[in-house]
Amino acid sequence: MRSAVLENDIQRVIELARKGERVDGRKADEMRPLKVEIGFAENAEGSAKVTLGETVVLAGLKVEVGTPYPDSQDEGSISVGAEALPLAHAEYESGRPSAYEVEVSRVIDRGLRESKAIDFKELCIKEGEAVWVAYLDIYALNGQGNLFDAGSIAALVTFQNSKMPKIDKENKIVKGEYSGSIKLKRLPLLTTFVKVGGKIFTDPSYMEEKAAEARFSVATTDDDYMSAMQKGHGGSFTVDEVNYMIEEGFKNTEKIRKQLKKDKLL
Amino acid sequence: MEKKADYKKSKKRLDDRKMDELRPLKIKVGVIPNAEGSAYLEWGQNKVYAAVYGPREALPKHTANSLKAVVKVEYRMTAFSVPERKRPGPNRRDQEISKVLSEALAEAVFVEQFPNTEIGVYVEVVDSNAGSRVACLAAASCALADAGIPMKDMVAATGVGKAYGELVLDLNKDEEDAPDAVDIPIAILPNSEEIVLLQMDGLLTKKEWEGVVRLGIKGCKQVYEVQKKALQEKFVLGEAKTKDLEEKVKGAKE
Repeated sequence: MRSAVLENDIQRVIELARKGERVDGRKADEMRPLKVEIGFAENAEGSAKVTLGETVVLAGLKVEVGTPYPDSQDEGSISVGAEALPLAHAEYESGRPSAYEVEVSRVIDRGLRESKAIDFKELCIKEGEAVWVAYLDIYALNGQGNLFDAGSIAALVTFQNSKMPKIDKENKIVKGEYSGSIKLKRLPLLTTFVKVGGKIFTDPSYMEEKAAEARFSVATTDDDYMSAMQKGHGGSFTVDEVNYMIEEGFKNTEKIRKQLKKDKLL
Repeated sequence: MEKKADYKKSKKRLDDRKMDELRPLKIKVGVIPNAEGSAYLEWGQNKVYAAVYGPREALPKHTANSLKAVVKVEYRMTAFSVPERKRPGPNRRDQEISKVLSEALAEAVFVEQFPNTEIGVYVEVVDSNAGSRVACLAAASCALADAGIPMKDMVAATGVGKAYGELVLDLNKDEEDAPDAVDIPIAILPNSEEIVLLQMDGLLTKKEWEGVVRLGIKGCKQVYEVQKKALQEKFVLGEAKTKDLEEKVKGAKE
């Protein structure tokens, strides 16, 4: 593994954090500027490019007709993958998925899945025979921290703006023809925090992740539910700190949803 | 799906192009801030990113060469870039393409200037419709130039071949699926016309080959012009665009 971080830079992040300041001048609870574009991949059933500060991720949806699992004959399924491409950072490597990539994809997956935003019964084509299997793949294009939140925004926007292929009588996909889309029943989004120098920062940059003592993500919905949490990166939080982050998570994702709705992406 | 067409009769192609016409090609240089050099390229429906990291320590260590830099291209496709989802991880096709692209680029780079290092060139296809490897090679060449890696020339590339009875430049998917399709990815160093990448799939006569190679070189030179223009948009005739610098100086004075 190549390291692209200097110990001095990490120390600077920590020293500033102790004074309540961030290297890029943001407030502790301030997310970086967000820009979202959709539809770049014509071969996909949905796609989104999310720019969060200097972090850029791409997401795309492919659906296939599959056979249902034995224990859920009338339900389709989704699968979320995340890759930190070696294209996106000097430190990222190709090869088997790293533990970090697996964690990012699983936390995004849980936020969506456990919110029951997607009704898997609606992904059923014919009970016991054919169901939709939806693959949502996320790729980091420029990694500057917080792939969790950028990926979760990309996933939500991609699903919400997806198109479903038409199928013929034999349940085969008709190429180039679409009808309807996967509609989300609620709108879960992640907010990720780090603790640096005893302070809690929203939407950590790459350097802040490197300097972090602990990390926490919470998925919050537009109808006041939490659907997933993840504490990561060692270290610890007090209950008060977790409560603070949950509050901030609700506020932060409400802001994001407002922006996305204004841009007609949700 | 196979389309019915006869280019000898129609005199134009399924997408209305002339036989020697490229699909629309756009390149933008410097799109991935973390990379030493990068490029985004759109060529018809193909959309690819290229990023360069290095020269840096070659890892694993046994891959290092004490006489020259190793140019290591990794060609990958996103799962959603193709009509049928691609499974994650490199397949045999990805590995072969990575190898031939590495070899083509190594021919342009002054590799002997950076012994024991690796120049990592990562190319990612995010949408595709025939010709993604030459799209990646053209983008990678721009990314290397953007990274300031010394090169004796750019690498310009295109697809060329035969479809529906005629020799055609830059085949799209419908043409690749023609019953008589011949697909030839070709890349040259445009100033010397040396061929640095050449592959072929299909049946071709010697006479047809003579026509096709002329057409291919002509196409590569058109691609070269777009590559140069993209680089000039970032670097004005040999000097870096000074706007950013001026703003920094202004900021410092204030």
